[in-house]
Amino acid sequence: MIQTFAFYLFAVLTIASAAATILSRNPVHSVLFLILAFFNAAGLMMLTGAEFIAMLLIIVYVGAVAVLFLFVVMMLDIDFAELRAGFIKNFPLGMLVAVVLLAEMVLGIGAYKAGALNLGTPDGTAATPVGASNIEAIGGLMYSRYLFLFEAAGLILLVAMVGAIVLTHRQRGDTRGQKVSKQIARRPEEATVNVKPEVGKGVSL
Amino acid sequence: MIGVEHYVVVSSILFVLGVLGIFLNRKNVIVLLMAIELILLAVNINLVAFSAFLHDLTGQIFAMFVLTVAAGEAAVGLAILVIYFRGRGSIAVDDVNRMKG
Repeated sequence: MIQTFAFYLFAVLTIASAAATILSRNPVHSVLFLILAFFNAAGLMMLTGAEFIAMLLIIVYVGAVAVLFLFVVMMLDIDFAELRAGFIKNFPLGMLVAVVLLAEMVLGIGAYKAGALNLGTPDGTAATPVGASNIEAIGGLMYSRYLFLFEAAGLILLVAMVGAIVLTHRQRGDTRGQKVSKQIARRPEEATVNVKPEVGKGVSL
Repeated sequence: MIGVEHYVVVSSILFVLGVLGIFLNRKNVIVLLMAIELILLAVNINLVAFSAFLHDLTGQIFAMFVLTVAAGEAAVGLAILVIYFRGRGSIAVDDVNRMKG
């Protein structure tokens, strides 16, 4: 009973906040509604027992991506009223595409309910282990069977990071930065001198 | 009783809302990126629901990869947005085809 209630609560809130995300006038409100949508989607995933993905959704989306969006929205000084000019003009086409998509999905789900295609059952190599927690099971699978995919995901993140830095970095003339090549080229011989000054003479530096 | 169909319905509504958002906010790239995030969230809900339905963890692992790619895509997209704004002073994507070279 409580599961049914929780499901409908999360589902309604997810869909309502997704609608508010694309319809709200102020992009800051859009980002906040997006956070709400992700939070409730995490709740939906939690209901199925996918704890790890639910937590990941909250940490990665609410903690990183949504804050990044918020940062960019607030940093750029944009006249958002002007950007909404095409809203009414695009409305009929957008609704048409949305209705067609929704009709297709209703058709698909209806066909599934009428009797699903038999595409075979999972071979059991990735079956949920009995007794292990969700995170344990995912970790066991990810570091064995999907290890290379996991490392490829890390590579994707590295490339995205390098790309974002290269894109937004700009050389500014008025600052004194670190000259790495000059630092590396420096040898100990030219950096230090060994002198033996006579008493009372001092050293010239 | 909540079945996998309920999850599929929720995720398809979410997907359609994302596509609608792309069409409605054609000028505002930030909301466009958010609509893409919504679409990817719909995909993730589908993957997780079927993973639980089939008692197979592959879906959850792939949901994590989708999440990775979505995070990278958001970062690079926002970086492009920032340099576009820096050079032009607006983020209207109508004249983005003037961005040559």
